[in-house]
Amino acid sequence: MATETHEAAGHAAAAAPGMPQLDFSNWANQIFWLLVTLVVIYFVLSRIALPRIGAVLAERQGTITNDIAKADELKQKAVEAEEAYNKALADARTEAGNIVAEAKAEIQKELDVALAKADAEIAAKAAEGEQAIAEIRAGALKSVKDVAKDTAKELVSAMGGKADAKTLTAAINARMKG
Amino acid sequence: MASEAHGEETGGLVFHPMDQFIVKPLFGDGAVSMFTITNVTLWLALSVVAVILLMVLGTSRRATIPGRTQSVAELAYGFVYKMVEDVAGKDAVGFFPYIMTLFMFIVFANFLGLIPMSFTTTSHFAVTVVLAMLVFLTVTIVGFVKNGTKFLGLFWVASAPLALRPVLAIIEIISYFVRPVSHSIRLAGNVMAGHAVIKVFAGFAAIAVVSPVSVVAITAMYGLEVLVAFIQAYVFTILTCVYLKDALHPSH
Repeated sequence: MATETHEAAGHAAAAAPGMPQLDFSNWANQIFWLLVTLVVIYFVLSRIALPRIGAVLAERQGTITNDIAKADELKQKAVEAEEAYNKALADARTEAGNIVAEAKAEIQKELDVALAKADAEIAAKAAEGEQAIAEIRAGALKSVKDVAKDTAKELVSAMGGKADAKTLTAAINARMKG
Repeated sequence: MASEAHGEETGGLVFHPMDQFIVKPLFGDGAVSMFTITNVTLWLALSVVAVILLMVLGTSRRATIPGRTQSVAELAYGFVYKMVEDVAGKDAVGFFPYIMTLFMFIVFANFLGLIPMSFTTTSHFAVTVVLAMLVFLTVTIVGFVKNGTKFLGLFWVASAPLALRPVLAIIEIISYFVRPVSHSIRLAGNVMAGHAVIKVFAGFAAIAVVSPVSVVAITAMYGLEVLVAFIQAYVFTILTCVYLKDALHPSH
């Protein structure tokens, strides 16, 4: 490359000192084109590129913020759902407890009623029995009285007396008591 | 220079490390006037094309999830924007397009200059001096417009003892006016030196025994130059931000 450029550089090198940078004859040219370059880059950047990139970055930031907010919201919802679930579970438990207690009470009531009924029946049967026994006893007593009266009457008549029914009954009654 | 070069050629080695920087017309062989289309024009135009390719065409899809080119464009945007905001302050954001222009131009000019056989526009003082003077004038004008005469407080170090202040003021004024000089020579000097060194190593490659070493050296220098290309663009931009901060907030 060195020999190649050397050929072309011939006339420039003749005018230039050791450093081409210090050849002030072409400064005007460089400065002119540099200013053109800078102005073009400035307008391209400030009018098109930078607003666009700024907008993209802002949009991304917005999207990220939105997504985080949405995630928070969903998390909140999940927590609420869990709370609702727990509450429903607790409600169901208490309800189940209530139902069990109610059922127990009802069964107890029925049992009580049945017991009372059975008791009453038993009492009725016992009373009936007692009455029957009493009747039988009364019947027996009466028969004993009748037998005693008849026997006493026969005895009295056999002894030649005339038995007065009233006196006889009173005597027997007195005897029976004693 | 021509006679020097001929002298070297007789020795078997050909060194023309500075020939790559020669400005010449692209068409014909005439003199270079102000509006002549030269190799400078070509490579400046290519840097414009590169900026448009990356920043305009690369972002044309405006994707929320960016592709590769758009990512790079966004990275460059974020990099410079953050630099302006952090170094120059939030009120300097209005200067962001201007600083972005400087950064994108220098970075692309530097990297285009690394293409073999190319012409490096940023190796020329004519280019970097204009860039630095633009920054210097902007900073000075903005300083006076925003702060009026308070801008002169930049040179009057209020925190120093009174007796020292005039001395410090002189130093501050000198350093202020040296800024565009150092600002421009730093960039052009770095770029030019690296390119020239690569060319010198390339010259040594003519000797068969030395050529492997030369190739390795060129490769290493090229790697360094890639770093320098970015770092110098970064340094130029961040110094612009620092100067701009002085203009907006002149108190020390």
